[in-house]
Amino acid sequence: MLPSLRCSISLLMLSSFLLSGIGCEPEMDSTSSQPQYLSGKLVVTGSSTVAPLLSEMARRFELENPQVRIDIQTGGSGKGINDVIQGTADIGMASRQLLPEEEAEGLVSNQIAADGVGIVLEEANPVTGLTRQQVIDIYQDRINNWKDVGGADQEIVVVHKSEGRATLEVFLEYMGIENPTIKPDTIVGENEQAIRIVTNTRGAIGYVSIGSVESVIHAGNPIKLIALDGVEASSTTVGDGTYKVMRPLILVTPESPNDLAEAFVQYCRSSKVSDLIRRQNFVRPVLVF
Amino acid sequence: MTRLDRLVCGISYGSAILSASIVVLVLGFLIQESYPALAGVPAHRFVTDPGWYPKSDQYSMLPMIVATLVTSLGALVVATPLGLATAVYLRFYARGKLARFFQAMVELLGGVPSVVFGLWGMATLTPLIARLGGSGQNLLTATLILALMILPTIALTSFAAIVAVPHSQLQAAAALGLRRPAIIWRIVLPWASPGILTGMVLGLCRALGETMAVVMLAGNVVKIPDSLLSPGRTLTANIALELGYASRDHRSLLFVSGLLVLVVVTILVLLPNLWQRVRYAES
Repeated sequence: MLPSLRCSISLLMLSSFLLSGIGCEPEMDSTSSQPQYLSGKLVVTGSSTVAPLLSEMARRFELENPQVRIDIQTGGSGKGINDVIQGTADIGMASRQLLPEEEAEGLVSNQIAADGVGIVLEEANPVTGLTRQQVIDIYQDRINNWKDVGGADQEIVVVHKSEGRATLEVFLEYMGIENPTIKPDTIVGENEQAIRIVTNTRGAIGYVSIGSVESVIHAGNPIKLIALDGVEASSTTVGDGTYKVMRPLILVTPESPNDLAEAFVQYCRSSKVSDLIRRQNFVRPVLVF
Repeated sequence: MTRLDRLVCGISYGSAILSASIVVLVLGFLIQESYPALAGVPAHRFVTDPGWYPKSDQYSMLPMIVATLVTSLGALVVATPLGLATAVYLRFYARGKLARFFQAMVELLGGVPSVVFGLWGMATLTPLIARLGGSGQNLLTATLILALMILPTIALTSFAAIVAVPHSQLQAAAALGLRRPAIIWRIVLPWASPGILTGMVLGLCRALGETMAVVMLAGNVVKIPDSLLSPGRTLTANIALELGYASRDHRSLLFVSGLLVLVVVTILVLLPNLWQRVRYAES
């Protein structure tokens, strides 16, 4: 009995080895035999803002190319970029522009959409808009009661992001302030957490991805986007270029990606996925950044 | 030695080596990964810098060490009396089905995942604490949730220690005319104290290492807390919040905070051991 068991184990190992071998080298069968039918596996990692959009795109791509598997993992823009540099991912997702030193590593940025960063308050807050200077004063704790900006007599709870987040960098850059000057009451990581805290806390203010928060607002959660310097914050105003606090959502690839990765990136930039971008409340990249 | 005995000996020896070497491996890995930061930043700056802004060359981890100690020691202070009282109740006062029911509930509490504690804390505890002022996301909220999380560990280990007190001791005490509260206080608890202490150390370790619930509830602002209602960031929360977004130097700094957690854990685990040894030496 023992030898037969050992035999079947080694068979199992052999077959899984073969399977993983197929998974690792997609370009082999995609290019050599039938270039029109793509097959293989792609590993995509990175920004949690881009991930839901890319999952939808990947699902549609897999439907059209049944031989293709696309594995999407989140972990932040930084991780996505690093994984591509180190070769552990085929494509990285990032919700910010590549830095010069990252481009120097031979990375290519392919923009698939744009997303705004909007100021959010709990729905019950009567304030409907703030100026850039007021937001700066609130975040630097010179204003700490809503009555000073036309609201109720209620302490302001400042929700900020942890260092390195893409929304934080876009926010700081637009406001023209340095991170150490900010005096937050709460620091969170992801947009979802910021949204949850602003929704649940009296007098809270935060800044989040407009795409993420619009979905939450449509779902009926008591949170709202407010105007900044008189410009309404929405995917529409981001799309027509009037709302300026925004960032590109990009796919990062090596200079010469494999054929499958190349095909998928082109697919994500094509008009075949415009409806997905709109449904996630992001904006198609019509502007040059 | 019989063949079987040799086999058991070999397997257990191997397992012991494996468990011990994993700690060493992890430590080695942490040191290796944090080396660039340790080499590039003078050690005193991890304490004396004005704040934690790794992208602006400010590397103070002191506020995070303080927040880590405050939340986990605070949780221990809250959970120990509760856990001990639960254990005493289960052993001496609860009867039959009720005892089994309580014990099952405490065990169940021990199995609740930390993210569920975090969600519950956010939805229920945070608004309550917010009535005391601020956002409700602060060290107090995190401490209370941590206390709930380590309560089962302390209660169940204390219960096991109390059950292990020899019956003869109890009978002797009762024969001397001691009432039950006196027996519990004078005989049972001192006898069970090493086991209770172990439970406290295990609970403390869980509190020190807990990340998810703390990230969700503590507010995560890096500053020296001036009250329990200040937000704070623990060392583990720091890693969880920033690792995914960290570039190389920043990443290395985060491994330094991992190393610090390990140092804090080591000190806190060794202290009770030392204390016990001193006590044995005295008696």
